[in-house]
Amino acid sequence: MLNRFKGLLKPWPVITAVVVGMAVAIAIQRYIHGLGSVTNLSDSSAWGLWIGMDVLSGIALAAGGFIMASSVYVFGLKKFKPIVRMSILTAFMGYLFFVAGLLVELGRPWNIWHCIVYWNVHSPLFWKAWCVMVYSTVLVLEFSQVIFEKFGWKRLEDIFHRVSVPLIVVGAIVATLDQSLVGTLFTVMPSKLDALWYSPILPVLFFSSCIAAGLAMIIFESALSKRFLNHETPLPLLVSVSKGLTIALGIFAILRFADLATRGALPLAFTSRYETPFFWLEIVLFFILPFILLINKKTRTSPRGLFFASLSVVFGLLMHRLNVVTTGFAQVNAGYSPSWQEFVISTAFVMVGFVLVGMVVRYLPVIPEEAPAPAVSDEEAEEYVRVAWSV
Amino acid sequence: MSPKGLLIDVTACLGPSCGKCVVVCKRENNLPDGIEEKLSFRSFTVLQKRDGLFVRKLCMHCEHPSCVAVCPVGALSKRETGAVVYDAGKCMGCRYCMVACPFEVPTFEWNDWNPRIRKCILCADRIEKGLVTACAEACPTEATLFGDRQTLITIAESRIRKNAEKYQPRMFGLFEAGGTSVFYLSAVPFEILGFPKRLTEEAPPELPWHILQQVPTVVLMGAFILGGSYWLYRRREEVAKLEAQMKDEKGHAGTKGGASHVE
Repeated sequence: MLNRFKGLLKPWPVITAVVVGMAVAIAIQRYIHGLGSVTNLSDSSAWGLWIGMDVLSGIALAAGGFIMASSVYVFGLKKFKPIVRMSILTAFMGYLFFVAGLLVELGRPWNIWHCIVYWNVHSPLFWKAWCVMVYSTVLVLEFSQVIFEKFGWKRLEDIFHRVSVPLIVVGAIVATLDQSLVGTLFTVMPSKLDALWYSPILPVLFFSSCIAAGLAMIIFESALSKRFLNHETPLPLLVSVSKGLTIALGIFAILRFADLATRGALPLAFTSRYETPFFWLEIVLFFILPFILLINKKTRTSPRGLFFASLSVVFGLLMHRLNVVTTGFAQVNAGYSPSWQEFVISTAFVMVGFVLVGMVVRYLPVIPEEAPAPAVSDEEAEEYVRVAWSV
Repeated sequence: MSPKGLLIDVTACLGPSCGKCVVVCKRENNLPDGIEEKLSFRSFTVLQKRDGLFVRKLCMHCEHPSCVAVCPVGALSKRETGAVVYDAGKCMGCRYCMVACPFEVPTFEWNDWNPRIRKCILCADRIEKGLVTACAEACPTEATLFGDRQTLITIAESRIRKNAEKYQPRMFGLFEAGGTSVFYLSAVPFEILGFPKRLTEEAPPELPWHILQQVPTVVLMGAFILGGSYWLYRRREEVAKLEAQMKDEKGHAGTKGGASHVE
């Protein structure tokens, strides 16, 4: 009896329960008294934390799904097979929370189905809605294999194997469009969005940053699954992923700064303005800190170094997206900062996401069982890592 | 019906001491009484004091409205009369129109369980009946003039020509954000009146539209790259298999048995 209570009082389940309970209460208030009753949103800052975090960042952090699926099944990088299911599950969660977030965020969520029947082909958001619908379906189908396997439905598994490659190709194309469309949303505001974030190549910037974020999320999650699910992803595999992360970050950093320089916006980064610290926080978290950790041999080959590098990239991504939605509009939005209720709802979404992933992983064969971490000596591990880097 | 518009002459406005435009606008649109400083769900037009002048703010009814272009469900549309109107029945409340509008015009019912976007609709129904907008009808001076868009441009240009020392050399709205249906004449620079500084002459909706037109290219390129990579991957595997088989056969020939079968 006492043990049971001890289990209940573990900090994380309790904190999650409290936050989710508060979020439900806030959501109820929001549905009765309107968005204004729980948020700091206003006519001059119509989008805020929820769009920046649940919608823009959630989608970007889901990018690991199509990257890994196409790496393994289309490009033939079979070594990533042990993590492909986990990244598809993460992607599915990202999209699930995009839609769930919208149901709280939209003013008239009961009309969300209107984008199926009323078309406006000039709107990037219209195309985005369709990409989300198509890609979510693809993700469900991609993940269905895990369910077929669990219940031993051989015929369905066979059908799946026959259609899996075209499915993954379609998924990768739609996901690419979807990620780029998020950036396209903001190209319509050249006069409003600050020059540090507005760019005609926003779709390219959003796409290249989501690759880095998706890969970082894979490393971050495997650290969490080691801590909470007692499952260890082989270190050489993570080092391989981190190699991809370094390249993706490098490409994004070059694009980001080349874009700033060509538009003549670089001096703004060194001007004393309200936006400047937010810009540099983004740059430090997204580029500088991860680069230091990923270039140093000792940190890039240690689980801890990889964890902090990926954590920094995840927060850097978050900062970039929030800057685009809020800081970038500082000149017009009269100093919006999120209300505590907005933070509670966003945090609750993240927590529910982790709980759901944990539950799915526990009951479905997401993580390969036949690959227990091989008992290797430190020298052997180092050798692995060296080989992984030299490939 | 030819496109209509409004010409607002800031130098002729009497300000809140008159305020008739604001009052009739509220009556026309069933809005609650009261004077506000900013556009909101209570006020589709407001009088703002800037540098001793009174500038009336309202929807600019752009020639190429960003709000109309970005609305995913087409809840906003531009009529033949030039009026940009809203259909709450279609709206899902995403508020992209508010974020996209270069003039910060659309507002939202933040404290309503079933909120609508609210903004001036250029008295769309009145002007389709051949009437003048409520605000233009109520204006006692020539501060607000309703008419054909082209006629208003001619009037504005002639006012500037006749009183060059009084007016700014250009009117606001002819080219800003791709052109609007509401024009302003002023004695002071328009930035001082609170109009946005970095407006482009290219209509903002053109920017995402150019990008959206690249979608087919991206799809084709994606299919080509992914399809090609898959073909290469399979080919590599086949070759590897064949090579293994050949090696195996050689082994067979040399030692006769003993070697394991290759799948």
